[in-house]
Amino acid sequence: MAVKVFAPWDNPDEKPLIRFENVTKKFGDFVAIDNLTLDIFEREFFALLGPSGCGKTTMMRLLAGFEAPTSGKIELGGQNIVPVPPNKRAVNMMFQSYALFPHLTVWENIAFGLKREGMEKDKLNARVEQMLKLTRLERFAKRKPHQISGGQRQRVALARSLAKAPKLLLLDEPLGALDKKLREATQFELMDIQEKTGTTFVIVTHDQEEAMTVASRVAVMDEGQIIQVATPDRIYETPNSVYVADFIGDVNIVEGKAAPLEENQVRIDWAEGQPPLVCTATQPFDPGQTCYLAIRPEKVMITAERPEGADNAVQGKIHDIAYLGNISTYHVQLSNGTIIKAQSANTRRIARRSFTWEDPVWLSWTATAGVLLAR
Amino acid sequence: MNRLSWFNAVSLTLGFAFLYIPMIILVTYSFNESKLVTVWAGFSTKWYGELMGNEAFLSAAWTTLKVAVASSTMATVLGTMAAYILVRAGRFPGRTLFSGMIYAPLVMPEVITGLSLLLLFIGVGLDRGVTTIVLAHTTFTMCYVSVVVSSRLATFDQSLEEAALDLGCSRAEAFRLVTLPIIAPAVISGWLLAFTLSLDDLVIASFTTGPSATTLPIKIFSAVRLGVSPEINALSTIMIGIVTVGVITASLITKQNMVRQRRDEQAAARTQ
Ligand SMILES: Nc1ncnc2c1ncn2[C@@H]1O[C@H](COP(=O)(O)OP(=O)(O)O)[C@@H](O)[C@H]1O
Ligand SMILES: [Mg+2]
Repeated sequence: MAVKVFAPWDNPDEKPLIRFENVTKKFGDFVAIDNLTLDIFEREFFALLGPSGCGKTTMMRLLAGFEAPTSGKIELGGQNIVPVPPNKRAVNMMFQSYALFPHLTVWENIAFGLKREGMEKDKLNARVEQMLKLTRLERFAKRKPHQISGGQRQRVALARSLAKAPKLLLLDEPLGALDKKLREATQFELMDIQEKTGTTFVIVTHDQEEAMTVASRVAVMDEGQIIQVATPDRIYETPNSVYVADFIGDVNIVEGKAAPLEENQVRIDWAEGQPPLVCTATQPFDPGQTCYLAIRPEKVMITAERPEGADNAVQGKIHDIAYLGNISTYHVQLSNGTIIKAQSANTRRIARRSFTWEDPVWLSWTATAGVLLAR
Repeated sequence: MNRLSWFNAVSLTLGFAFLYIPMIILVTYSFNESKLVTVWAGFSTKWYGELMGNEAFLSAAWTTLKVAVASSTMATVLGTMAAYILVRAGRFPGRTLFSGMIYAPLVMPEVITGLSLLLLFIGVGLDRGVTTIVLAHTTFTMCYVSVVVSSRLATFDQSLEEAALDLGCSRAEAFRLVTLPIIAPAVISGWLLAFTLSLDDLVIASFTTGPSATTLPIKIFSAVRLGVSPEINALSTIMIGIVTVGVITASLITKQNMVRQRRDEQAAARTQ
């Protein structure tokens, strides 16, 4: 059975729903968005990920129409939307603060946009009921926003922004105020709703786990620029820079000098008295070029004896152990002081764990386990 | 623990005495049988009866009420608009100057405001009367409204308005459907403030009035120059009564709203 993979970004004939073309946004002298070019496709669940202040909200506000770019073009469905005011765009936004109207009930909040549209009464009632059902808020329809809980408010905000069936829904850190359990449940709810409604979602988050869970593609931003756009697994497995590797999940970074060998193999000389490392590179390196080996802790094997035939093996002793229930992370200190993290699944009970503090151990990994980066 | 020390008790008594003894005297003597203001001759409400038959006082009261309603309504509209623009427009060249200019009349001596308005009305050839008092009162109460409303707008979450725009409102609709209902309590208290200020203004009204219009404060002031009569005490007592009832009602409404909101929020927290 052939499963059709959803990957419009790989299809050169596909027209994007949103296109940012060399968009720059300045506040005075401050450059919030720096010459940014980006395509987002229909039915995508697109995540903007980055540290606070990197310009995520500004991107959303550009899309919603609350800010105009200083230069560049933003297209929605092939039409330049820069001159279109926010109330005339087929875009709705769920605000970071929810921005529910405190003087209106849940029902009236959800109906607000539909009334502006001049939808006729029966259709409007039906649509609001449908939204209440979708977000499981039927019982709270008559309450005011301050009479419901944080999680319910967040669902009202979602229902209100979905009610007009926008082409594009913008979600600015929608789950920031929720506790972990509720947040995870809501993430799945969002994905479910996105699938049911077929709306294109752009979600802002500074939580990398959230981005990885919900998104079809993730854009990692820094200081108004997009560093990498890719599917969550590619972002994780093949980051294009130390910044991205470090931002997403846990990673060991080893800095060294490259010495190219045959067939994409690169030798990395990285410390006095430590054996050189070997990595299969996906990009060319010049001899002597500074390079960074990024390797995830779960790809590093930890053993008591020197492993036979490993591409890379280094010796150290256990400096620290972080027990996380299902897995343990070992912080291993090498003889030159470098700490390398290795992770292993706890398949045995804790009392029978094989390693403890100060134990001498070997760390090993294959040449293809890590990614060799130039920056 | 919480017992008043004698020092606190004395200061409190002195303070309240200072504030209320004059009013208590006034109210008491409005029920005096005697025509002499300083001699107590037994309880009577006859001065209230006489007041009701005094055409001059009644017509002055009517004028005052018309002026107060008209000017406070205009001041509320203009003051709210000014506050909205100053808080919302963000930074534009001359913003500080503008906000300073709106608040300046707060500290301007009334005599000067009155005089300048008088000169203006003479200059443009406007007949002095009810119209000119209304205009003058609008001018000087507007800044009070704008202070009250802008302090509310300063804590108003702007994303509410953006949400309204996002859902298809024009800017005017967003203001009418979202901002105005939410800031309504501040607008109403601005109106009440302007209303009371206009109600008891003597200085500016005397400068800008003409022979055709006499407000109550002007009437009382000119009557007192011929001697204080118990009738005036009765009139003043009625005014104190009106103001007290108004103030108590306003504060009760505010307090009730607050209590209800807090109770709702606690209920919401429990259903989390
Ligand atoms: N209206 C504004 N005026 C000036 N600077 C702004 C404005 N809005 C945002 N900025 C600045 O732009 C940068 C990006 O902000 P924002 O997009 O809100 O970041 P975030 O990624 O945290 O959402 C921040 O440094 C912020 O201070
Ligand atoms: Mg933000």
